[in-house]
Amino acid sequence: MYEALSSFAQTGGLVYFVLMFAGALVYALWPSNQDTFDRAANSPLEDKGPSND
Amino acid sequence: MTSRTISSNSGGGSIASVSALVAVFGVLALIIAGRTIDHAMGIQAMTFIVLVTAFLVGTGMWAGNLINRNPFDESRYEDTLVKFGVFASVFWGIAGLLVGVIIALQLTFPNIFYFPEFGWTNFGRLRPLHTSAVIFAFGGNVLLATSFYVVQRTCRTRIAGGMWPWFVFWGYQFFIVLAATGYLLGVTQSKEYAEPEWYVDLWLTIVWVAYLLVFLGTLWKRKEPHIYVANWFYLSFIVTIAMLHIVNNLSIPVSWTGTKSVQVFAGVQDAMTQWWYGHNAVGFFLTTGFLAIMYYFIPKRVNRPVYSYRLSIVHFWSLIFIYIWAGPHHLHYTALPQWAQTLGMTFSIMLWMPSWGGMINGVMTLSGAWDKLRTDPVVRMMVVSLAFYGMATFEGPLMSVRAVNSLSHYTEWGIGHVHSGALGWVGYISFGALYCLVPWLYKKKALFSKSLVEWHFWISTIGILFYMISMWFAGIMEGLMWRAYNEYGFLEYSFVETVEAKHISYMIRALGGGLYFSGALIMAYNLVRTALGHGAAEPVDSKPDPYATPEPRTTLVPAE
Repeated sequence: MYEALSSFAQTGGLVYFVLMFAGALVYALWPSNQDTFDRAANSPLEDKGPSND
Repeated sequence: MTSRTISSNSGGGSIASVSALVAVFGVLALIIAGRTIDHAMGIQAMTFIVLVTAFLVGTGMWAGNLINRNPFDESRYEDTLVKFGVFASVFWGIAGLLVGVIIALQLTFPNIFYFPEFGWTNFGRLRPLHTSAVIFAFGGNVLLATSFYVVQRTCRTRIAGGMWPWFVFWGYQFFIVLAATGYLLGVTQSKEYAEPEWYVDLWLTIVWVAYLLVFLGTLWKRKEPHIYVANWFYLSFIVTIAMLHIVNNLSIPVSWTGTKSVQVFAGVQDAMTQWWYGHNAVGFFLTTGFLAIMYYFIPKRVNRPVYSYRLSIVHFWSLIFIYIWAGPHHLHYTALPQWAQTLGMTFSIMLWMPSWGGMINGVMTLSGAWDKLRTDPVVRMMVVSLAFYGMATFEGPLMSVRAVNSLSHYTEWGIGHVHSGALGWVGYISFGALYCLVPWLYKKKALFSKSLVEWHFWISTIGILFYMISMWFAGIMEGLMWRAYNEYGFLEYSFVETVEAKHISYMIRALGGGLYFSGALIMAYNLVRTALGHGAAEPVDSKPDPYATPEPRTTLVPAE
């Protein structure tokens, strides 16, 4: 039982982590996200008070 | 600016519900005070009752004066709360650093600074007072104040929850007072950085859940499509601290009217849980929370967007997923299974890269504006904090390696390491944020005195260097002395000889701490004079929006 659980946790954990990291990388590096990130990076600099829209 | 009328029940409702919740706990404290089985619990309960009464009376008087005025006006940011947070940070910072200097002197000159007739001045009680005061009282208030400031501005909306953010602020101060007075009374569950007993832990849990809901509520009603990266860091700090705090403090009170409780975990499981908590308090309180500060205040201060938004995403997720596994490196050569120790060590080494990702991103935000390092001491302070962050996050993985740890563990090297992180990274990024916040909040063109910031910077930096170098020296020396054998296979040195050998290092450390403390006093003076509008802290004209013009980038005034 312990063996089965620990081997599942170890291999499963490895796969899970690699996939999560790959997902984060793909999202961060996806070319069309550049505009979103540029806007987000500049947003704190353009703050003009609370928006009432 | 159109002042929106808010239905009065949303504001009044939160005032009533906060008052009711606080009153319920006040009554519970009254019952405990009446039936208590130990002296310390009686004092703690009475302290709480006094605080709660003051809070309820104060809230009542304030709410009674609110005729025809909505205190939670959605067309304005909640800045008064941030002002309270700023000065609470300064107050607790000075208190915590002062206790640090006192215990450094106790270690250096025990014959002068020990008072056997006053038990509460014992090192064993003052040491957790120091660590909790600087980490949770100073650091925690800086995080509360900056997170309330940043989340409103990056979401372009007022903080959610009406009175509840105020409950978070005051509830957190009550937590600090209860924890601190408890330590002096000898109340502790003897878990490092988690010393408060069960009833203080319960109170903090309620405050923290309210904090999480207030933060999430503000994100929920944001007017910006994207959640800015600083908020990601704040949110990970709030969520993870909630999880760590609850799991590490799972305990059963011996009596509902007594201070003592018993941990549900025992032996090595308890040790593992404690250091899973302890190291992640470093990771999610002292790292992600303060990285959130870095991601807002450095770009804002130098008026440039963060160097790489992509890097911020990659290093955020790697930091989150790796940090949580690093705790076992505190338990090398213990009863913890070897594989778990190795796991902790491996993840600690992997942490090096995401940590440096954050440092590089912060420092490179200055590219094209490097002259500010010379001209603006506040920017210099924040960039030097990143340099210390980079150094501490290189030293940490190194010390987590089992072979290095066999030399460094239990020695002063560890003390030096945490202080290069705490004084250099956490302290300096916090001071930088406070120096930014006070002119922004009080709508001043500049700080009272720039040269006092220079003095603060240089005095503190020399202090940190004294501290770190003396502790490296003491730590490596005592580590080598502990493992030295003579030609017959006996230990070369008795323990007291290794203590005696550290005396000069201890003196230098106390001097370094004293210098750092003096720097904080200079800052407090400068910030108070800035808030009062003295010296260079002239009011900003109402025309150019103060939110849009970070000080000290003085925009051209019409006369120029």
